[in-house]
Amino acid sequence: MAFESAKSEGAPIGGQFSTFFVADLFFGVDVLRVQEVLRFQPMTRVPLAPDVIEGLINLRGQIVTAIDLRRRLKLPPRGGDHVPTNVVIRTDGGAVSLLVDEIGDVLDVDAATYERPPDKLDPAARAMIRGVYKLKDRLLLVLDTDRTADLTAG
Amino acid sequence: MQDQDIISEFLVESHENLSRLDQELVELEARPQDEALLASIFRTIHTIKGTCGFFAFSTLERVTHEAESLLSQLRDGKRKLTPVLISLILETVDATRKVLASIEAGKGEGADLFEGLAARLKAAAQSPQETDPQEQIDLIEPSSPEAKNGPSAVADGSKAEDSGSRSSAAVDANIRVGVGLLDKLMDLVGELVLTRNQILQFNIEREDAALNATSQRLNLITSELQEGVMKTRMQPICMVWNKLPRVVRDMAVSMGKQIHLEMAGADTELDRTIIEAIKDPLIHLVRNACDHGVESPDVRAAAGKPAQGTLSLRAYHEGGQVNIEIGDDGAGIDVARVKQKAVEKGLMRADQAEALSDREAMNLIFRPGFSTAQIITNVSGRGVGMDVVKSNIEKIGGTVDVFSRLGEGSTVKLKIPLTLAIIPGLVISSGGERFVIPQVSLLELIRLEGEASEKRIEHVHGTPVYRRRGSLLPVAYLNEVLGLESTHRQEAVSMVVLQAEDRQFGLVVDGINDTQEIVVKPLGKQLKALTVYAGATIMGDGRVALILDVLGVGQSAGVLTEMREQARAASQQKTQETDQKQRLLLFRAGSFERLAVPLSRVARLEEFPRSLIERAGGCDVVQYRGRILPLIPIRMVLEGIAEDRSAAPEKVQVVVVNDGDRSVGLVVDQILDVAEEVVTAQRNSSRKGLLGSCVVGKRVTDMVDLNAVLQADTCDSVEPAAALAYAGEER
Repeated sequence: MAFESAKSEGAPIGGQFSTFFVADLFFGVDVLRVQEVLRFQPMTRVPLAPDVIEGLINLRGQIVTAIDLRRRLKLPPRGGDHVPTNVVIRTDGGAVSLLVDEIGDVLDVDAATYERPPDKLDPAARAMIRGVYKLKDRLLLVLDTDRTADLTAG
Repeated sequence: MQDQDIISEFLVESHENLSRLDQELVELEARPQDEALLASIFRTIHTIKGTCGFFAFSTLERVTHEAESLLSQLRDGKRKLTPVLISLILETVDATRKVLASIEAGKGEGADLFEGLAARLKAAAQSPQETDPQEQIDLIEPSSPEAKNGPSAVADGSKAEDSGSRSSAAVDANIRVGVGLLDKLMDLVGELVLTRNQILQFNIEREDAALNATSQRLNLITSELQEGVMKTRMQPICMVWNKLPRVVRDMAVSMGKQIHLEMAGADTELDRTIIEAIKDPLIHLVRNACDHGVESPDVRAAAGKPAQGTLSLRAYHEGGQVNIEIGDDGAGIDVARVKQKAVEKGLMRADQAEALSDREAMNLIFRPGFSTAQIITNVSGRGVGMDVVKSNIEKIGGTVDVFSRLGEGSTVKLKIPLTLAIIPGLVISSGGERFVIPQVSLLELIRLEGEASEKRIEHVHGTPVYRRRGSLLPVAYLNEVLGLESTHRQEAVSMVVLQAEDRQFGLVVDGINDTQEIVVKPLGKQLKALTVYAGATIMGDGRVALILDVLGVGQSAGVLTEMREQARAASQQKTQETDQKQRLLLFRAGSFERLAVPLSRVARLEEFPRSLIERAGGCDVVQYRGRILPLIPIRMVLEGIAEDRSAAPEKVQVVVVNDGDRSVGLVVDQILDVAEEVVTAQRNSSRKGLLGSCVVGKRVTDMVDLNAVLQADTCDSVEPAAALAYAGEER
């Protein structure tokens, strides 16, 4: 049910979120959307593909496209020897892997702390951020996974 | 909700019943005395009627009810079977299908109440029955004299009973499984195979007895499992063939022919995706054979053949492929007529057509140009949509061949892979990445070594080409197509020759590895827009490799759009190389003292009074033999200078050149001579409209690039089709 409600745009939702870090941002994805988290996998690059696509990975026989979240969100590139982590999420168009800097905990969040994304946000990133939870020590940005995976959007 | 479920189950069941009915009715026509068969047909109709009553589908119920009454009379022996009755019942089957389709679409039973059909069925059931034994239909001769009596039907019926019990046993022993689940299992097995391979590798390094024994077992079980899962996706080819008796019967009846259909190997199995893909081509081929292959009874009798034609279908496994043959004993293909047609259609020149072997000529029927020809269908058979058949079969990695003897019949032979999921591919590397090329598109591998390697790839108008056995093959570099850096700077050049549709090109790669059976997997939607990839696969080491789409690569490299021109140039080149001598027409235009075009392209030399020249579509034209002939001043093309009209002579010299379907006039200053010369291009020209210079009759002569000149002609409004044909050349 959280899956269903997560789809409706901007609605305040509580529940469990898988969290991860990308640059200095702290993101969350509805835990039910996350298929699995993998350490960095050997990747096959795809010539001519949009540059946000890092490559293809073999996930137990399933071929999954890996999207670099930094490039997708137009953030500065990762430092040279920092190895990203794959967060494999389920989308309407099949599984997609998001490359993030580091994986965080699964957090229970309170719907009361939810707010719409701040207007100041970079418009490129804003399209992919559904809202914000004000946690005690930091802000948790809710990633719109369908939009992130749809390279024709935002 | 539940209602909907029951109805959809009813639909599935009814569709199965109807396809069986089609088959059984045609069988019944051949064996009118088969009581078991008749009983089975009766039961099927009865079941449909009963269920319709339950759902209150009144139209269906009425029609099937009338058919049932008719059948019950037949079954009880009160009425004899006639082709008219069979047609009527087949019509009922069709009507039922239509209504079911409408129900499936959620539109209820539809507007058509089939009252006419119901009335005819009723009338047939009530009409006084024919008592005259002569009237009783011996469509195919009665199997035995005592066939009319009950007991004999038992002997005859044993076969039918067999099939009856087989089909009911099949119902009990089978369960329906979603295709999605099977595909998932297939994926998992593929992954298991991969893991197995890794373990086996590991085992070799370890030399551990326990591990060795376990991994051997794992190996065996995995192979067996793989085979088993592959089998679940297999379906017998009779899934498609079931429809054919009906198709053949309908065709035969409508055309007044007698055609006997023979089928062998109906239980040959193929992957379900393949079954789906060959359905339409197969039906097309069968229709084609009925339409154009088998002659009408009187023609056959005149040729000393039995009035009844035979259409035979054969399917069998051979070398990991399935062969399907569709043969008829009809008129066969008239090779001479096919060649003539090819020339008329402008597919080739008469001398080229003459040079073709019979087999090459027969395969011309698969050329796209042939499909629209109406004339050929009656004369020599075959020709409608054969190109579509071929391209559909090739799409799934199969091949089509045709064999024919004039007057004795033709056979079309299809070779089809067992499965689409696993295909043989060639692994190549470029820019440090591995790629797979489907083996079906691969023609040959070429390795150029030593000094020759770089020089052997020449450039024509900046396009790299390679001389392969006397014809020019356009060449593309994979790392350029994919925007990869070339890691390869050695002496040798590796090139794969690929075929996309009916065109060929060479693709230079960094390295050729080996061939492998690969499991084809689709790409995510983020990558769907990239036409150069057909999918991806997982290699033995667990890494992903991209599968190249040969057509996409060719188009993106720009080697395919120009291919037709290249092919034409190549064929010219070929004639040059084979006889070394070419007849040239020499003329003068503007500041060019000696220009030449191949005489083979020249239709006529003409002289027009200047007063006859008119303007149309922004250029000069003359009326010539009932057509409008566009005029292209050669000096205008070569020098870009308009003719000085005031100084121009009263008469214009024109070289009429054939260009496919149209003719074009080249305006020259003076026609000099016809020369027969060894043509060796000494210098390539960069000037537009010129191919290069050569020595003809001890004087340097410029060869005119006719294709470029004709392309420069902007007066295409006269014949837009020709303009389109040349649009592809502008690159």
